[in-house]
Amino acid sequence: MSMGKDPLGGVHAEQQEDNAQAAEDQPRSGGVLGGVRRWWAGLERWQQWILLAVFLVLVLLLPVINPPIISTPDTDFSIACFNMARFALAALGLNVVVGQAGLLDLGYVGFFAIGCYVAALWTSPDSSYVHIPYLFTLPLAMVVTAFFGILLGVPTLRLRGDYLAIVTLGFGEIIRLLANIVPALKGNTGFQNIGMPPGTRDGKPLFENGTAWYMLTVLIIVAVMLLLGNLERSRVGRAWIAIREDEDAAETMGVPTFKYKLWAFAIGAAIGGLSGALFAGQVGFINNQRFDVPTSMLFLAAVVLGGSGNKFGAIIGGAIVSYVPDRFTGIADYKYLIFGVVLVVLMIFRPQGLLPARNHLLAAIRRLRDWVGSAPSGTPSTAATGATSVSLGKEKDR
Amino acid sequence: MLHELATASSESWISFNWDSLFSNFLPATRDGITYGGIYALVAVGYTLVYGVLNLINFAHSEVFISGAYAVVFTLTGLGFDGNSPNLGTIPLIGDLLVALLAGAVTSAVVAVLVERIAYRPLRARGAPRLAFLITAIGVSFAIQYLIFLWRGSVAEPSVRMVPVKAIFQIGDTLIFLNQIIIVVAALAMMIAVDQFVRRTRTGRGIRAVAQDPDTATLMGVSTERIIVLTFAIGGLLAGAAGLFYIMQVPSGAIYNGGFVLGIKAFAAAVLGGIGNIRGALLGGFLLGLIGNYGQYLLGDAQWNDVVCFVVLLLVLMVRPEGILGSSLAKVRA
Amino acid sequence: MRATQKLAIPAIVAMMAVAGCANSSSGGGGGSGSGGALGGDLKNLPVQSKIDVPSDAVKPAGDGKAKCDPNTTIGYVGAMTGDNAQLGINIYNGVQLAVNEHNKANPGCQVKFTKFDTEGDPTKATGPATKATSDKNIIGVIGLPFSGESKATGKIFENAGLAHITPSATDPALADNGWTTFFRGLGNDNVQGPAVSKLADKLGAKKVYVVQDDSTYGIGLANTATKGLGDKLAGTDKVTTKQKDFSATVQKVLDSKADAVFYAGYYAEGAPLDQQLSDGGFKGVFIGPDGVKDPEFVKQAGDASKNAYFTCPCIPGDLIPEFATAYKGVSNGQAPGTYSVEGYDAMTIMLAGIDKGNTTRAKLKDFIKSYDAAGLSKKYKWDSKGELSALPVYGYKVDGGVIKSVGVISEG
Repeated sequence: MSMGKDPLGGVHAEQQEDNAQAAEDQPRSGGVLGGVRRWWAGLERWQQWILLAVFLVLVLLLPVINPPIISTPDTDFSIACFNMARFALAALGLNVVVGQAGLLDLGYVGFFAIGCYVAALWTSPDSSYVHIPYLFTLPLAMVVTAFFGILLGVPTLRLRGDYLAIVTLGFGEIIRLLANIVPALKGNTGFQNIGMPPGTRDGKPLFENGTAWYMLTVLIIVAVMLLLGNLERSRVGRAWIAIREDEDAAETMGVPTFKYKLWAFAIGAAIGGLSGALFAGQVGFINNQRFDVPTSMLFLAAVVLGGSGNKFGAIIGGAIVSYVPDRFTGIADYKYLIFGVVLVVLMIFRPQGLLPARNHLLAAIRRLRDWVGSAPSGTPSTAATGATSVSLGKEKDR
Repeated sequence: MLHELATASSESWISFNWDSLFSNFLPATRDGITYGGIYALVAVGYTLVYGVLNLINFAHSEVFISGAYAVVFTLTGLGFDGNSPNLGTIPLIGDLLVALLAGAVTSAVVAVLVERIAYRPLRARGAPRLAFLITAIGVSFAIQYLIFLWRGSVAEPSVRMVPVKAIFQIGDTLIFLNQIIIVVAALAMMIAVDQFVRRTRTGRGIRAVAQDPDTATLMGVSTERIIVLTFAIGGLLAGAAGLFYIMQVPSGAIYNGGFVLGIKAFAAAVLGGIGNIRGALLGGFLLGLIGNYGQYLLGDAQWNDVVCFVVLLLVLMVRPEGILGSSLAKVRA
Repeated sequence: MRATQKLAIPAIVAMMAVAGCANSSSGGGGGSGSGGALGGDLKNLPVQSKIDVPSDAVKPAGDGKAKCDPNTTIGYVGAMTGDNAQLGINIYNGVQLAVNEHNKANPGCQVKFTKFDTEGDPTKATGPATKATSDKNIIGVIGLPFSGESKATGKIFENAGLAHITPSATDPALADNGWTTFFRGLGNDNVQGPAVSKLADKLGAKKVYVVQDDSTYGIGLANTATKGLGDKLAGTDKVTTKQKDFSATVQKVLDSKADAVFYAGYYAEGAPLDQQLSDGGFKGVFIGPDGVKDPEFVKQAGDASKNAYFTCPCIPGDLIPEFATAYKGVSNGQAPGTYSVEGYDAMTIMLAGIDKGNTTRAKLKDFIKSYDAAGLSKKYKWDSKGELSALPVYGYKVDGGVIKSVGVISEG
């Protein structure tokens, strides 16, 4: 794991002091979550790594362990786990757009759909395209979706927030309707027998089981989070915070907002496409039935619930939104109502979601002042770099 | 991939049938204006709220469908059903007015409730724009699925409001009673609202708040009252639109029936000029025509929605201020 | 409120003026007639009042002496909630009735019946289907009701060797996947399509306009119907689900001077289409397939539904008095719906297999494969692809606000 450069060029003091300082500098968020954060910040780095590794192993083994209360009685648990994971991945992507860059995208399901169709068009025997091994469709999906993200973004990202929301909604709907009208996309008939990654176990394909898909997706999530983390700590991430907090000020200060908004769109789209391709592979069949606005709304609810701007928050939000209807099948009819109400209530009472974003300009400025005030031993603020400190032990880089 | 999509299929999926459009020009226009009237009435709600609050009221589509439901229930209660009514003229008009009132008031109430419960707390906290939009979406879905849980996924049984009668004929094209009613009433209502906003004191208050809320407050205008009134007026018109919608599509009351119409009405508002009441009127009729012509031109009815979405996207990208431009605030007294 | 007054007054004036003119005028040409459902040269087919049930139809009760393991379970996988719940409900009520009758008559063999909800959604169906296959006690499944979800889950059943009979999925392509565990309990769209032409002939319709929706079902059915119609085809149009405005389609139908319209899709769109056709002055017959044949169609189309006929590879369960009465016991008083009888028959077959000692998945599958006997709705004998040999298609019409059978239109 790279240490990550300290952006303000300060000197790292002894680990203990840093951590203590870090612990003190935690925003005084109340309750259990704030307490958990403070405890986490107080740990040494190697302790954080071990805990994370253990946690990761547990997460990977979840469908195998199949714990009784958490298990889903009416649907296959490993598939339910996979659905949690791919929803979390999609939420992670939407988080980049909505949470990091502050752009409300109501048509995110369109990118998800494009990823699904890429996987289908290039691996399904129902399609007349060249067939390639399934795993290659994953990066292909990311590229194609990112391309569409840029295609959509270029003419529309200059619009102000509300209009952008409606335009993206229109885009999502147009994708769905085109899937009907364009014969090559086979509308409702769809594509069957979409490919899967290679590998066998006991003579049967390994990926016929939801567990293998789940583990693959979890590992992909980890990889994506690492990449995003690096991105957040870079210039791009800082620009996103600036755009999110006050776009006009950022523009005045010389941040090329349009370019970075486009980055956010493209990256968010790519991750959404990746999630779609994985989904298509697991189900093995896709048609245009579910690429509709309520699904976009669920993605949004996942990000907002989990904490927009926070990677872990997005993942938790995505897992919750997917898991709850699977576990409590009695509420299947109620799920859109519940999440709709959740959105309203959250916006009024806890707009930052479950895990708030760690980085705000004002907090960064405060820490900067603290640092300047306590010269040699102080930990320079890295909040401005976009580190979400809960991610992978980068506490010191705060 | 687009290129491949376009050429991969042996049949061309997009074609232009000009003769279909020309030979059916009159019926297409007649039908387009009828739906256009409905879009215009709903569009006013979007445009007013945007003009005053700079907010896209995503939940307005549910305000509209609530009115439609109220109309259906009222008419059913008054004895209407799927058969042509055979009342005399006066009782029929009386019943329709009662239903109109029920629809308009229900929608207005829903609109004001949404404002109170969802938007006001956010305004009080000075929440960012994103929060309003997210809340609006949440409210929209909450209302839709409340209706779904209450009435199920099937549409309400048909209620016929007026007998099916052709009033006159232009060439081969019949013009029916319900179509005339919708267009005339929609025009009348829109003109009334336009005059209200231009001529009355309250109307000036709305324009003042749209232009500059702080100064308006200093000048003695109660901003909160104006905001409530704005939502209420938008709601009243949307409820009326609900009546006309059921008149046109008697089985149109379904929990998600507001969504597509709402988007189209919003597209109409944007097309005409958001924040501009005359723009909503123009945009509504224009979008109705475009959507309908598109169906003939592109060959299949399935193009209707796509055409409207594309129009919306194009307007926003090319001329976001719409045809008539200028917002509510700039209208001169 | 001044605002309301300002709106109401112009509206009142406008409506009074127009309505006044309308009521006093001598009426234009577009009214929908009352009495005598079809106009012109079209024939009105008489309603069937009873149907013959095969006297040797196998019943779930069997001989009453069956013995089996108490954990033996048959599953239902399909829609129970969501937009399309009703079709699933019609089916599993029929299934439940069969189980109840069997268990009542056979104290030594109490078969369990478990349901798994897919919401009718192919992307959601794999979870419940996998769950059903992983329960070792489940040796047979009734499902899935919809073609889309059947496509998505067929492989799962195949891999688990778990036989499943679908009482309603009609996409012909399902049988082409090489699935040995797939059995279709009714005629597919290749059969229903040509039946449309036969019905049109019976009605005396000479020009039929075909409208399809965007679902697999609609597209496939429109395809086979169009082929079956041959020269009678007057034109085609495509609409989308959730569409409510059909003015352009109506105009095209009127332009084509068709005397019949076949709508390949579901009732949610079929009803407003029929209504707008009728309002627009269409005097011909409106034909819908099994997706349109539902009491909701009549409710939503109002008086326009008088011109409606339907095709359905389903038997009119309400004309089988014993079945209809018993069905109301499991359905909270509702009459049998589309495919209730087919669900009942499918379950009966599986129960018969269990009664004869076929209590593993492999044995039950083989039993079904070699099955050759009559059920309430038809003779059941499957070919190697899982398609039946006897495929009757019935005709229905709307009579006095109720959907009633007019008899078999095609023997398949």
